[in-house]
This record gives sequence, structure tokens and C-alpha cells, in this order.
Amino acid sequence: MIELTDVHKSFGKVEVLKGITANVEKGEVVCIIGPSGSGKSTILRCINGLESYDRGEISVEGLKVDRDAPSIVKIRTQVSMVFQRFNLFPHRSVLENVVEGPLFVKKEPRAQVLERGRALLAQVGLAEKADAHPPQLSGGQQQRVAIARALAMQPKAILFDEPTSALDPELVGDVLGVMRKLADDGMTMVVVTHEMGFARDVADRVLFIDGGVIVEQGPAKALLNQPRHPRTQDFLRRVLHPL
Amino acid sequence: MKGFWRDAAEFFPILMNGVALTIVVTIGSLLLSTVLGLIWAMMRVSGIRALSMLSAGLINVIRGIPIIVLLFYLYFVMPDLGVTLTALQAAILGLGIAYSAYQAENFRAGIEAIDRGQIEAAQSIGMGWWLTMRRVVLPQAVRIVLPPYGNVMIMMLKDSSQASTITVAELALQGKLIASSTFKNTSVFTLVALMYLTMSIPLILLVRHFEKRAGKK
Repeated sequence: MIELTDVHKSFGKVEVLKGITANVEKGEVVCIIGPSGSGKSTILRCINGLESYDRGEISVEGLKVDRDAPSIVKIRTQVSMVFQRFNLFPHRSVLENVVEGPLFVKKEPRAQVLERGRALLAQVGLAEKADAHPPQLSGGQQQRVAIARALAMQPKAILFDEPTSALDPELVGDVLGVMRKLADDGMTMVVVTHEMGFARDVADRVLFIDGGVIVEQGPAKALLNQPRHPRTQDFLRRVLHPL
Repeated sequence: MKGFWRDAAEFFPILMNGVALTIVVTIGSLLLSTVLGLIWAMMRVSGIRALSMLSAGLINVIRGIPIIVLLFYLYFVMPDLGVTLTALQAAILGLGIAYSAYQAENFRAGIEAIDRGQIEAAQSIGMGWWLTMRRVVLPQAVRIVLPPYGNVMIMMLKDSSQASTITVAELALQGKLIASSTFKNTSVFTLVALMYLTMSIPLILLVRHFEKRAGKK
């Protein structure tokens, strides 16, 4: 459903993606792990056109991703994104945040969208916060609203860019719980994360990225339990046993 | 002091005619400068190089010309080019254009203060440039922009007196006319100053209100 073919991307003189080829099937959960600065987030950002890419091709359900083409709107309405820092709209209520896209981008009927918005908030455990404003919520609650906002677009896939990295440790579980339920329901997900437990339990596949290339990829449990490449082994050792 | 109150009672009605024109000039040029300032600011942040350079150039030209010269140009030179404006029209146009440069810089600062993540979130749900501006950026920028906007309102109220140089009989010119025909300079100009102050005070309070509200979040 999402296909990347030999994708290259440079910021100035620094080449951050050096030929990424990967695909994500419908209903699959793929985790991308790797050291910071390895290009993990850039891959996500290229998939929904927040960044341009220099060479190669990315397509979503056969439609080429080109951030300067009008078709990018279609891709973005099909592939939602959840950000590390939530990026909720602080001037709108929680419910308004959730229904913003369906109402103003997809122009769906108001009553129907509001009903769906409330149902989604209930699904992420925040039904009673519908009229609150984002700054009044904890980080974990904000991220769950952000997931509801992504779901409200009725996307075919959701991209998660380090969704728990900005959270206090005790709030991480709530967000991962919501994500796990989504995965169980068959949502196609690409997750950049440092949560190895989540990757092991929830992901179908894991990609290990370092230095702008996919160093190793495979089924989640196999890759995380018995990494073959020395760089993967080294990375996992540091992440799992930091002391 | 007694003389002052007697003079005040006598001149007040005439000066009120001036106040009416002062308010017309201020509100007219405020609206014009706001609209123009928004247009320049939007051009500036459009991401289209030609538009943003054009806007930057315009702003610098406008900023570099004194208001009074702009007024003279509109009122005395434009007729030679076949465009005749009434004094009031020239005053509103001149002040509106002059202040649009400051408005634009203020609006741009407000827009650029919005977190990049907000724009990315808007894009990620499929919003285009205009929808992002209208639904996400501008509503948040307003909060930042309002306090300086209030200050511009106060400055415009006072600078509307420059319209007197092209014969708009607003408060300052009315005062000058009365003073030169009665020689009661002290009474007249004290009264004029008090009347400007009276009009400024609500605006000053408004700015304070804006600042408090902006400081809250």
C-alpha cells in the first residue's frame, strides 16, 4: 500500500536518506527503529509530503507522492500523521480538533462528523474532555486526542512519529494502549519509536535504519530477539541496557 | 481658570466638528491600513519569491516616505496625473498606506511566531495554504498581534492630525483656526489636547486588556 523505491533525500549537503526501498502492506504494523539522526522521521515525513525527496519514488496505493502536486491532498487525507509533540490546535476545543479535517477538508456533513468525533474520543478514553482545550490536558491525553484527530480522517494508514517520546514515562502506557488497539483492529501503521517492547509485541515487521539506509529488516520478534547485523546488535544493546 | 471654562463652553461645539472628522479619518485609515497590511503580510509569507520580494520592497518604500510627504503627494500631485481626491479621501488613503507598512510587519511577526508544528499538523490533515492560514495560523496570530495593533490605533488617532496639512478640518486644524482668529491659544490648545487624550484613554485601556489576555496563554 505504501511503497518506497530507492528514496534519496538531502538537507543541504547532508544526505539523510541514501536509497530507502521498503513497502508497507495493508493492515501491517511496521516499526522503524534506529539512532537519532538516522533518517527515521524523515522517511515518515516524506511519505505524506511534509518533506520533499530528491530521487527515487514514494507511492501510496499507486499514487505518486509529490508535495507540489494537487494530488498531495488526496494522499494526506488517506495517510494521517501523529506527531511527537502532538501539534494539536490550542485555540480549538478537543472535539473541534478532531473534526477539523473532516469538516473543512473533506467537507463531510456536520452532524455526522460530530457524532463520529465523540465516538472517537470515547474510543481513546477521553469522551468527557470533548469541550476542554488542549493546553488543559496532560501530554498523554493530548497525544490520544491527536490519534483521534488522525482517525477522524478515516485514513487508510497512520504514520506515528515518535508518539511517546515527549511524554512523561507514566503516561506512555495509555498512548501505547490506544495504538495497540488500533493495530488489533487492522489499521495500517508505520511507527517510528524507541519503545522496543511495543515494537516486539505489536509490530509485524521492524526496520532498523542507520546512516540513512535500512541496515536490517524482518519480522519484529526475530529482529529484536536475534539481530543479525552487528550495528543492529550494538544499537539494541545500548537501548535495552543503557547502563 | 474661569476664563478657560467660558472659552471651553464657547469653542467646544466647533471643536466637536473636528472630533467627528478626526474619528472618520482614524477609522477610515485604520481599516485601510489593516486590509493593506494583511495583504502585504500574506504576500510576504506566501512562500512565492516574487510576491514576497514585491511586498518587502513596497513596505520599505512606504516606510521610507514621511506621512506628510505622502499626503502632499496624494493631494497636490495626483491631480496633475488626472486623479483628483477630496482632502478627506487623500488623508484616509495617505495615512492608510503609510500605516500599512507597520501593520504588515506586525502581522508578519505574529504569523511567523506560530509554531511550525501547527502548520505541519494542518498540512497533514490535507489543508492547503489558504485553509491553514484561515483555520490555524491567523486565529492564533491574532492573539499575538492585538497588543501592538492597539498601539497602532493610538498612534493613528494622533497622526490623523497630519491631515490638517491638506486642509482636512479635523480637531487639530479646527483648533488652529479658532486660535488664530481669537488669539486664545492657551484655552484652545489645552482643550484640543484634552480632547485627544479623552479619545486615547479608551484605546489605552483596550491595549492593556489585550496585553493581559495575550499574557494568559
